[in-house]
Amino acid sequence: MKRMTGAELTIRLLERQGITCIAGIPGGTNLPLYDALSRSTRIRHVLARHEQGAGFIAQGMARSSGCPAVFFATSGPGATNTLTSLADAKMDSIPIICITGQVSCPMIGTDAFQEVDIYGMSVPVTKHNYLARTVEELLHIIPEAFSIASSDRPGPVLIDIPKDVQMGMLEIAELPLAGMPEAPVAPDPALIRKAADLINAAQCPMLLLGGGANHPGTAAIALSLVEGCGIPAAMSLRGLGIIPLEHALSLGMLGMHGARSTNMLLEECDLLIVVGARFDDRATGRIDCFCPNAKVIHIDTDASEVGKLRAVEAGIIADARLTLEALLPFLGMKRRKPWLDRVACLKATHGMAVKDSDNPCSPYGIIRCVASLMDSSAIIATDVGQHQMRVAQVFPFTRPRQWLTSGGLGTMGFGLPAAIGAALQHPEATVLCFSGDGSLLMNIQELATAAEQQANVKIILSNNGGLGLVQQQQELFFGGRIFASEYTGVVDFPSIARGFGIPAINLNLSRTPEKDLEKALHSRGPCLVEVNIRAEDKVFPMVPPGAANIEMIEGECHV
Amino acid sequence: MSDATATKTLVTLRLTVNNHPGVMSHVCGLFARRAYNLEGILVTPINGGSTCNVWLMINEDGRMNQVVSQVSKLHDILDVRVEETDENVFERLSACLEFAPVVAV
Repeated sequence: MKRMTGAELTIRLLERQGITCIAGIPGGTNLPLYDALSRSTRIRHVLARHEQGAGFIAQGMARSSGCPAVFFATSGPGATNTLTSLADAKMDSIPIICITGQVSCPMIGTDAFQEVDIYGMSVPVTKHNYLARTVEELLHIIPEAFSIASSDRPGPVLIDIPKDVQMGMLEIAELPLAGMPEAPVAPDPALIRKAADLINAAQCPMLLLGGGANHPGTAAIALSLVEGCGIPAAMSLRGLGIIPLEHALSLGMLGMHGARSTNMLLEECDLLIVVGARFDDRATGRIDCFCPNAKVIHIDTDASEVGKLRAVEAGIIADARLTLEALLPFLGMKRRKPWLDRVACLKATHGMAVKDSDNPCSPYGIIRCVASLMDSSAIIATDVGQHQMRVAQVFPFTRPRQWLTSGGLGTMGFGLPAAIGAALQHPEATVLCFSGDGSLLMNIQELATAAEQQANVKIILSNNGGLGLVQQQQELFFGGRIFASEYTGVVDFPSIARGFGIPAINLNLSRTPEKDLEKALHSRGPCLVEVNIRAEDKVFPMVPPGAANIEMIEGECHV
Repeated sequence: MSDATATKTLVTLRLTVNNHPGVMSHVCGLFARRAYNLEGILVTPINGGSTCNVWLMINEDGRMNQVVSQVSKLHDILDVRVEETDENVFERLSACLEFAPVVAV
């Protein structure tokens, strides 16, 4: 029999789950957990500077590895600060586990110091959540949390542990088994045959790959489908990287800021095979005008997504990889020459044409110049805004899980801590963090974490002195009334970075910007590279909110 | 429920759920978040209190399948069924309550 406290048990169970790094911040009610963590030889702690940062560091680890990551926060404000990162993980189906301290059980409900009902608050933003009421409960809660976070459609789990539960003693003979993802669900063979018939009969089929297919195994089989059957593939924001951007049959991102050619081809296709995507409004535009001529095959592990927004001819509720594997043997190599000619033609006439791509001080040029200096081992994180859409449009992604971005929730402040998390998970890799001045300010305190950890994060800051995407909408749809979206105060970001101990350069002030950029990207450790761009430069093409994808503004050769 | 059209649009869901503090906030929160009103709620413990039956009376307005599949995903929900029987639990309950004597607390 072993005797241990609830806190020691929690740390032991996390070790058994293979956790090696936990981001977080200690406080009054999680000190027993931290005391137990200090004695762990397997788990390293990374001190974040804000609990939202800790949550996004965990997301960076989880998004880049596909495995659950853990972060800690104390009760009260520490706990409420985790909510944005949990909501973000819920929207993008990311397996993270948040462990919060809570006031001792007898004090719950008394408005004790730093008491909030984080269990109640986190219900809508988690896949599941727990309030551990006894030490014994931890024995099943911790493994179950890992299983839930990583099974089927992944998602965040919160475990609230009162201080007296952390300090309570328990005697156990042996630890429970580690929690594992449930076995993936295999597709119904009858539906596979139906889907195969639809694909074989289609003249103009298209694939739409989303975050649910953004895994190495699934991506490999999706590529065989694309190449073997001659089916072009568009990707949602979260699906970028599944098929390399520069592949002849890759159409890149669809939707609000997708290439004209991609949205036009979707308009023309007669069959849409959706894998792990959920018909988000930014992707589909006005849903009743989306792919008007197409029958739909929807493959998703989450039954509630199939038929939610679009009626389907075949809905396959199963694992994406298993489904594609089952489909392949039934599909003939069909030469759809007219369709593939049409794809090549539209890509040539209405694809993304990148303006100023060799000028590192231009909005798109900085992205292409950075990309040309990186190999495929680089990981790319972004914040949210114009820079994010530009990276999504033109960065030559080559592999799944290479691209970390806040899709569903669109959280400014995501980029820097997520990049730190990815760098902690992959210490050998270079992690790029494309950001804007608005977004970077929202979690800028994590520069201290990046410096302390010497995380190999390269912040590429496109500074336009305002909220560019907001200004774009105000200019296009609110009569040009730019309001509350310009920063009149000028922030000296390179000085701020240096103040945190991070080297920084401004490319506009450099006489040899290409050379300085290369030097910054190829030196080890964190750095900040700033370029000044104009707020008037918009992201095109653009589908106005609420319009059909085919009604795009600009963008023929505008990019 | 004397109005025939109103009876037609009301549906009763029967859930079997784990019984612990917080389950009802998961269930009710899910409906509230999707702007779906609950017209009636009845909860009774079963299996010695380890689980509960929850009857929910809702309007069938075309969104029901989506809300049912969302409810089915909740970890503490063990079973969801749409009650097909003519004997509506809520009608029987209101009938009982109408004749129950009012007791001052």
